[in-house]
Amino acid sequence: MKNDFPILSNGKIAYLDNSATTQKPRAVIDAVQKYYETQNANPLRGAYRWSVEATQKIEDARKKIAKFINAKSASEIIFTKNATESLNLVAYSFGRENLNLGDEILISIAEHHSNLVPWQILAKSTGAILKYIRLDSHGNFLEPDINSKTKIVAVTQISNVLGIKNDLSKIIERAHEFGAVVVVDGAQSVPHLKTDVQKLDCDFLAFSGHKMLAPMGIGVLYGRKKFLESMPPFLAGGEMIEYVEEQSTTFADLPHKFEAGTQNVGGAIGISTAIDYLETIGFEKIESIEQDLLDYAIPKLRDLKFIDLYGCDVENKIGIIAFNVKDVHPHDVATILDKNGVAIRAGDHCAQPLHRFLNLNSSCRASFYFYNTREDIDRLIDALKNVRKVMRLE
Amino acid sequence: MSDLDDLYTELITEHSRSTEHRKHLENPTSIEHGHNPSCGDDITLEVKIENGIIAEASFNGVGCAISQASTDMMIDLMEGKSVEEARRLIDLFIRMIKSELNDDDDIEELDEAATLENISNLPARVKCAVLAWRTLDRAIIGSAANDENRSPTMGQASRL
Ligand SMILES: Cc1ncc(COP(=O)(O)O)c(C=O)c1O
Ligand SMILES: [Zn+2]
Repeated sequence: MKNDFPILSNGKIAYLDNSATTQKPRAVIDAVQKYYETQNANPLRGAYRWSVEATQKIEDARKKIAKFINAKSASEIIFTKNATESLNLVAYSFGRENLNLGDEILISIAEHHSNLVPWQILAKSTGAILKYIRLDSHGNFLEPDINSKTKIVAVTQISNVLGIKNDLSKIIERAHEFGAVVVVDGAQSVPHLKTDVQKLDCDFLAFSGHKMLAPMGIGVLYGRKKFLESMPPFLAGGEMIEYVEEQSTTFADLPHKFEAGTQNVGGAIGISTAIDYLETIGFEKIESIEQDLLDYAIPKLRDLKFIDLYGCDVENKIGIIAFNVKDVHPHDVATILDKNGVAIRAGDHCAQPLHRFLNLNSSCRASFYFYNTREDIDRLIDALKNVRKVMRLE
Repeated sequence: MSDLDDLYTELITEHSRSTEHRKHLENPTSIEHGHNPSCGDDITLEVKIENGIIAEASFNGVGCAISQASTDMMIDLMEGKSVEEARRLIDLFIRMIKSELNDDDDIEELDEAATLENISNLPARVKCAVLAWRTLDRAIIGSAANDENRSPTMGQASRL
């Protein structure tokens, strides 16, 4: 499989930072390159052939994404630049319109800053109250306080630190009982699990192309049509309009109402090709490869007495492992691993409230994708055995 | 591995764990907080400046070995120095880490902190090395301001 990924094919680096971004297969790189070499034009703007083709490519990608996550209609798929922009779109456009003093926004303590700071800002500007779902000692969500004041529930399907698959079905059901909308951060789940927005019954879903083999700069917001239709535009400008008068404007229909300015056609082609690639492998296989890597890695890590693991005593988990080396700061661990050809992430992983909740300053994180191998994990383990020696602790 | 030995020298690993300057001062003239959001280095520096001299400094915090060793070595170097001298050395240190030294610079003036020179080859760790020095620079400014209104206040937490 690694042979499909030019950057991995020489085997020099054990790339274990897939939660940050994934590598790109040859098929995606080629498709994007081919577009720029043979078709590039501004979509929606020209009557000539290249522009028509570029427009077609974007709309094809939209349809493919709709099918990929089982949305009812392609007009429920909005292109953004990443999950962060998708979440901000909901916070600004839906949030400002619908929240009032004393309303409640409920998120979890495990959120990435992208699904936390926009809600904090929204709360400040509307007088709404930001509340948190906390975690039990394993890292699972505790019972959420959803009540008649709750207007928005914004939760991650999988934390980018703990890697635990949160069962959102009860939260979503309860939120809907009280008329709250549910925003799901799918940045870590959509690349790893089969996603079905109708089955999940969420109102919004945000994810990034670059975490699922596509280029950086293309992201998706899925939104239930009835909400998207009633929401005001987020960004304004070209392409999102119908008629522009001197003092007023009428807006385009969905999905273009939310896509102001020239869109990222290369990115749309990239994510579309990435979906083809993922579907050829199939999520069943992707999940089983990642499960195998987890089952292989966790006991080996546990054998290293100087390692503390977080969120690892649960079954329902994807290939994300947060850990610390005793008495060594994660940043030093990452530098030492880097010198041994192992790429991991160190720091707070854009989840400071979670680290504070876990009483940690920061952590190391190894995260897998289906192209990783047991050999990558062996290299991680071997490199870790060196860390305390380099730091002159033994 | 020799790379790593050049980076995590005995001097640096020892300074990173030293507790000598990890304490609170009795009457600091300035308390300044420094933070690297990406990796979580987080220090609070206390200084007591009297008659234009850094009489005492201390710190508390958490962070990587580079940030902690750098802080510890900086305090060793700075105690007893005049404010002007301190600012000159801060500038020298930051230029050393950023590989922007001039011909007439002498990094020996930085004493043990000169051993952090290798960090200039590691762009990802530059922030760690300079954190304390930037924080001290702000503490000096803060101290001068506090001089005017007499009580030490927490400077603005800053992002580098
Ligand atoms: C759970 C989660 N949410 C949101 C994001 C933000 O993704 P992006 O930076 O692509 O907008 C990330 C990525 O780091 C993530 O892991
Ligand atoms: Zn650091």
